[in-house]
Amino acid sequence: MEDKNLYKVPTMAEMAQNGESPEVLFWVGCAGSFDDRYKEVTKAFIKILNKVGIKFAVLGQEESCTGDPARRAGNEFLFQMQAMGNIQVLNGYNIKKIVTACPHCFNTIKNEYPDLGGNYEVMHHSEFLQQLINDGRITLKEGGAFEGKKITYHDSCYLGRANDVYEAPRKVLETLDAELVEMKRCKTNGLCCGAGGAQMFKEPEKGNKDINIERTEEALDTGAGIIATACPFCMTMMSDGVKNKEKEEQVKVFDLAELIAKNEKL
Amino acid sequence: MAIFQQILFIAVVATTGYLLFKRILRIRNNIKLGRKTDRFDNKSERWKNTLLIAFGQKKMFKKPIAALLHLGIYVGFLVINIEGIEFFLDGLFGKHRVIARFLQGINMTGFYTVTLNIFEFLAVIVILSCVFFLIRRNILGIKRFDGIEMTHWPKLDANLILIFEIILMFAIMTMNASDQILQSRNVAGYPQTGRMIFSDIFASPFYQNLSTPALIIVERVAWWIHIIGIFAFAIYVTYSKHLHTALAFPNTYFANLNAQGKIQNMDEVTKEVKMMMGMPVENEESTNGNEGEIPRLGAKDVNDLSWVNIMNAYSCTECGRCTSQCPANLTGKKLSPRKIMMDVRNRAEEVGESIAKGGKGLEDGKSLLGDYITKEELFACTSCNACVEACPVMIDPLSIILQMRRYLSMEESGAPQSWNAMFSNIETSFAPWKFPPSDRFKWADELAKEQENADENK
Ligand code: SF4
Ligand code: SF4
Repeated sequence: MEDKNLYKVPTMAEMAQNGESPEVLFWVGCAGSFDDRYKEVTKAFIKILNKVGIKFAVLGQEESCTGDPARRAGNEFLFQMQAMGNIQVLNGYNIKKIVTACPHCFNTIKNEYPDLGGNYEVMHHSEFLQQLINDGRITLKEGGAFEGKKITYHDSCYLGRANDVYEAPRKVLETLDAELVEMKRCKTNGLCCGAGGAQMFKEPEKGNKDINIERTEEALDTGAGIIATACPFCMTMMSDGVKNKEKEEQVKVFDLAELIAKNEKL
Repeated sequence: MAIFQQILFIAVVATTGYLLFKRILRIRNNIKLGRKTDRFDNKSERWKNTLLIAFGQKKMFKKPIAALLHLGIYVGFLVINIEGIEFFLDGLFGKHRVIARFLQGINMTGFYTVTLNIFEFLAVIVILSCVFFLIRRNILGIKRFDGIEMTHWPKLDANLILIFEIILMFAIMTMNASDQILQSRNVAGYPQTGRMIFSDIFASPFYQNLSTPALIIVERVAWWIHIIGIFAFAIYVTYSKHLHTALAFPNTYFANLNAQGKIQNMDEVTKEVKMMMGMPVENEESTNGNEGEIPRLGAKDVNDLSWVNIMNAYSCTECGRCTSQCPANLTGKKLSPRKIMMDVRNRAEEVGESIAKGGKGLEDGKSLLGDYITKEELFACTSCNACVEACPVMIDPLSIILQMRRYLSMEESGAPQSWNAMFSNIETSFAPWKFPPSDRFKWADELAKEQENADENK
């Protein structure tokens, strides 16, 4: 029983000790580290990274919240404390390139860390996966698990409007050879899942409906059996919405990385 | 009679000029209540935006029908106002159609005829578009024209301007029609213009049977209605949502060029955090000893916002595209990004008015937060940027919401309880949830275990 198949999760500390440096740092994010559902996405992405043989590393225990929810809730002090702590770690390891499966971490590190001295090339995992596809390291598989299945993609605000990433996630889904159906509101007009701007961490204000229910209804209207997401908060909100509609038997919510990993039988 | 009209005209011009000047100055001062922000970089991209989005109305075309009709009014408004030059000269010199006379002198009446026909054609388009907009606004019951912020005045304002435009266009048609009949009767003082088709067909039949003196009165009255209308319009616009006809241009020019997801860094906080963390602080400016007044963190009132935020408010067309896309508003929450913009404008007007009257201005015991915008509205925002994306004139309501949240969180400790809990989780566990930090890397162990189990089951 050699552990040939065992997926490796190298940490930055180990690499640095061996005098090595990774091609890319995988920023896992708090949801990817602690949230039971999103940990599956982290694992799926790790499997893909192993499969294509990219030299990567994670920060492990040295990672800390980017500060996104604090900043959006108005606590600029806390945000900057977090940001500067993280930048010290990242710069200490001389990190050049970062990939993350969380659009909030992506947006914050990419757009907001430069003002505080953190300058990196930052990619969202959808862009990263698209690049792997473009380079032929992931290919379209005929007769895969999702062939001909209806999939709808929910745009994350922090990926879409916030950073103009609309095509990459859709290109990734195309390799599944599935039928991609769009919701009524998509791309620049996409409707928020309701969790952004630190809403994830509080009860919604008074209203006549929860936002994720509204969005889930739109997703269900497409008749798709799979709702693809690319963000931990969207994942939670859409899953809750599907549960609320008692459709969890027929409709599943998956992240892009999970779909690719499943298709690759990882 | 002519000299009387001339004097009256000059008096009207002077009064308009004075009132307009005062209003523009007031608005400028109100905008300057805001804090400094640097939007003077990247000139070429800014001009490109102005051309595409303000002149080209690119973002309007997300709703094609409304965009086309709006384009009709906009082009009509701009082009027909060229004729205003002749109106102005006529009024000043007490003449009639000085440009027509001039062109006649150099044998170019044909050019005048074509131009006036284009104006008339546009006038018809403007009338039709305005009528359609009135129907749409008042009869079709479109949801985005409603909302808590759409009280009596904003609704009236929207209708008034449309009616105003229609009256102005009718005045032009009436004037041209009566003018043409007078020309055909060879009345002195009415130079030949060539046939102006639209007024000839649609308006002339109503005036055909009038006597020449009566026609002259009709023509004069129409002329005056039109010119006074234009002047009144110019002043009215500064009190109305129609200020966007002017401000949409600078507003687009000075719009945010960063990724929409980026929130503006607070440099004053950076300085403090760096000192707290024992890091070197660059360009230390506190040597000039302005210790006394520490600026407020975040925004409580209009003067805490940036001048761009306030200019945004004056540029708002109250079209409601933002609110109609807002997830919070769609699901019945109190938040409406349009209301945020209208509140900022109303508060800026209130403060400006008070200052002009020698009153207390910002110290009037009121503030944007509380008296206009409530916490409940601010806390409902998901920072999704749908409002920013939807706005045809590049307004950023989210920036205002976030600055006000900063004030609530940092100056008032007014954040919701669960946000305070989230803050302390980040402080103590370095994650927004209350997990022990030592669990952060557990997923890797889990992955290894899963892999082993899978291997054993093989
Ligand atoms: S950013 Fe806030 S105000 Fe704007 S549309 Fe989204 S939730 Fe509404
Ligand atoms: S902010 Fe923009 S979209 Fe919203 S009402 Fe004003 S002009 Fe329309």
